Amino acid sequence: MSQFTLNLIVIGLSFALYIGIAIWARAGSTAEFYAANRGVSPVMNGMATAADWMSAASFISMAGLIAFTGYDNSTYLMGWTGGYVLLAMLLAPYLRKFGKFTVPEFIGDRFYSGTARIIGVVCLLIISITYVIGQMTGVGVTFSRYLEVSNSTGLWIGAALVFVYAVLGGMKGITYTQVAQYIVLIIAYTIPAVFIALQLTGHVLPQTGLFGTLSASDTKFLATLDQVVTDLGFKSYTGHHQSTLDMVLFTMALMIGTAGLPHVIIRFFTVPKVADARKSAGWALVFIALLYTVAPAVGSMSRFNLTATMWPGAETGQTFSQPAVSLADIESREDLNWMRNWQVTGLLNWEDKNGDGLIQYYNEAGAANEPLAGVIAEQGLQGNELTTVNNDIMVLANPEIANLPGWVIAIVAAGGLAAALSTAAGLLLAISGAVSHDLIKGAINPGISEKGELFAARVSMAVSILVATLLGLNPPGFAAQTVALAFGLAASSIFPVLMMGIFSTRMNKEGAVAGMLAGIVSTLIYIFTYKGWFFVTGTNMLPDTADAWLLGISPASFGTVGAVINFVVAYLVSNATKEPPPEVRDLVASIRVPRGAGAAQAH
Amino acid sequence: MCMIIWALVSYGFGIILRPLLAGISMGGADLGFWFAQQGSILVFIVLIFFYAWRMNRLDAEHGVDE
Repeated sequence: MSQFTLNLIVIGLSFALYIGIAIWARAGSTAEFYAANRGVSPVMNGMATAADWMSAASFISMAGLIAFTGYDNSTYLMGWTGGYVLLAMLLAPYLRKFGKFTVPEFIGDRFYSGTARIIGVVCLLIISITYVIGQMTGVGVTFSRYLEVSNSTGLWIGAALVFVYAVLGGMKGITYTQVAQYIVLIIAYTIPAVFIALQLTGHVLPQTGLFGTLSASDTKFLATLDQVVTDLGFKSYTGHHQSTLDMVLFTMALMIGTAGLPHVIIRFFTVPKVADARKSAGWALVFIALLYTVAPAVGSMSRFNLTATMWPGAETGQTFSQPAVSLADIESREDLNWMRNWQVTGLLNWEDKNGDGLIQYYNEAGAANEPLAGVIAEQGLQGNELTTVNNDIMVLANPEIANLPGWVIAIVAAGGLAAALSTAAGLLLAISGAVSHDLIKGAINPGISEKGELFAARVSMAVSILVATLLGLNPPGFAAQTVALAFGLAASSIFPVLMMGIFSTRMNKEGAVAGMLAGIVSTLIYIFTYKGWFFVTGTNMLPDTADAWLLGISPASFGTVGAVINFVVAYLVSNATKEPPPEVRDLVASIRVPRGAGAAQAH
Repeated sequence: MCMIIWALVSYGFGIILRPLLAGISMGGADLGFWFAQQGSILVFIVLIFFYAWRMNRLDAEHGVDE
């Protein structure tokens, strides 16, 4: 059986499973549609939250980012998990007690203001739609690579599938589908990691293999990796090279961004009790940690395997003891098939610049260091000959680089799709809730029937899928930049307003509105200054380099500063205006007491 | 209290205080590297479950549980 048929069968089976579950769990009422009738157990809810949260960025991208940067990108690992501590302690139980369906609804009721609610909807739509575009792009790339169709065909197939189960199923369908997707994606992520850890270090657990001993040379794996990459002129893998301030701010932006993402928060409205909301966040983190503790091993080991493919001597830590891989080998050897496959996508490429028949891979920036300088002189190198290595191919190519069996490769493809689709579905639910529940029912037509509301929710989902797919067809360099924007915006707008809404009885609507606007606008301006207005390249006013950044703070880290601005402005404005009415202060006090959450208010 | 540990293992051991832990070797790297890539995540999990257990018990003691 060819690899193509195998991919098709495994991906087809996984989709049959998701769609079957979506049909089986079709939603009837609005309560079921948005919040699964609040009848989901904490363990199941945690698993679904994990699938919802771990997107194409976590599954496909993150290990690659860690692979090529090393220690400095630990910020992603800590930032994207630490946010759950904030959620469990500061937000989830209180929001569950409040008993609302959507985040803007909470903002609107707590701050007794339709304006605040609409601003909440706008923030939510900006955050969620940019996120969905990234997911759709991921779906398109994965489909086109594994189904051997064009990128746009892959995208439309994905859009059709998301439409079927998100639109028909609602939250209940999505919750159980996401449980299935979590299982598929975690198996897909860990199986190749276990195989590779065994090959390299003899450890079954990638988490311990990372700190284990390399079987081939009897030296520590990480020490050998450091040695090999510095030999080739790269920065050491375990070393700290970035500014400490920026690392701290970036980690903080990811943490509070996580705790402010509407599609993650909405999860905690679906558990039956306040006590369960706390536990749910814990379970979500357990399931996320299964992937996140494996990711650094996947990253470092794929970096090591890639380097050892290019320089066979690197396998034992003696980088230059053997000549580099030859052009003839790359073009003919069975086990290097993956290089030719990825060359077609344009994400991997090489060029024999000095015409010696060998492909030498090194970092030109480190060319002056010994022993690399000696090798360059001796072999007459004219520049790095592995001209393109895209970070994002590392996880998908990993099983091929390590020569794992065909079924493992097929499962990884299904896992990547599960990650992208589950997140897209969760985001679409948040979008449709905001549009139908907050915008139409809350502001435009309060008398809408339950049936009409459900219909509006489905139409808004369909429209968002269409918009995201169309934008995903021609992503203007979107994915990574917009993910950073979404986190910065969530950190600077939603998180502070939720915190103040829960913990301050004095915070009034004037403060909340001013704070949200100040936070989101300052963050947007800072990002656009360096990334270009609305991400149009060439319109940036300052170069996007560390020297030009204010105090060395990167645009992706600015969400933390935006959040501080939000808090300060809200505090000042709220103290300058009159305090909120007594019934709102009583409401805030009652959120702290778990009893009575069962009687969740309908709308 | 839980928030202090949360900040300590991530920002503290993982980033700012890493040079202090550099002497403690941990499988080819140092303890700070381990905290940044493994330890902080494991501590986060323990923290959440401890907090959930403690808060749920406090709620019960004060008669405000469900």
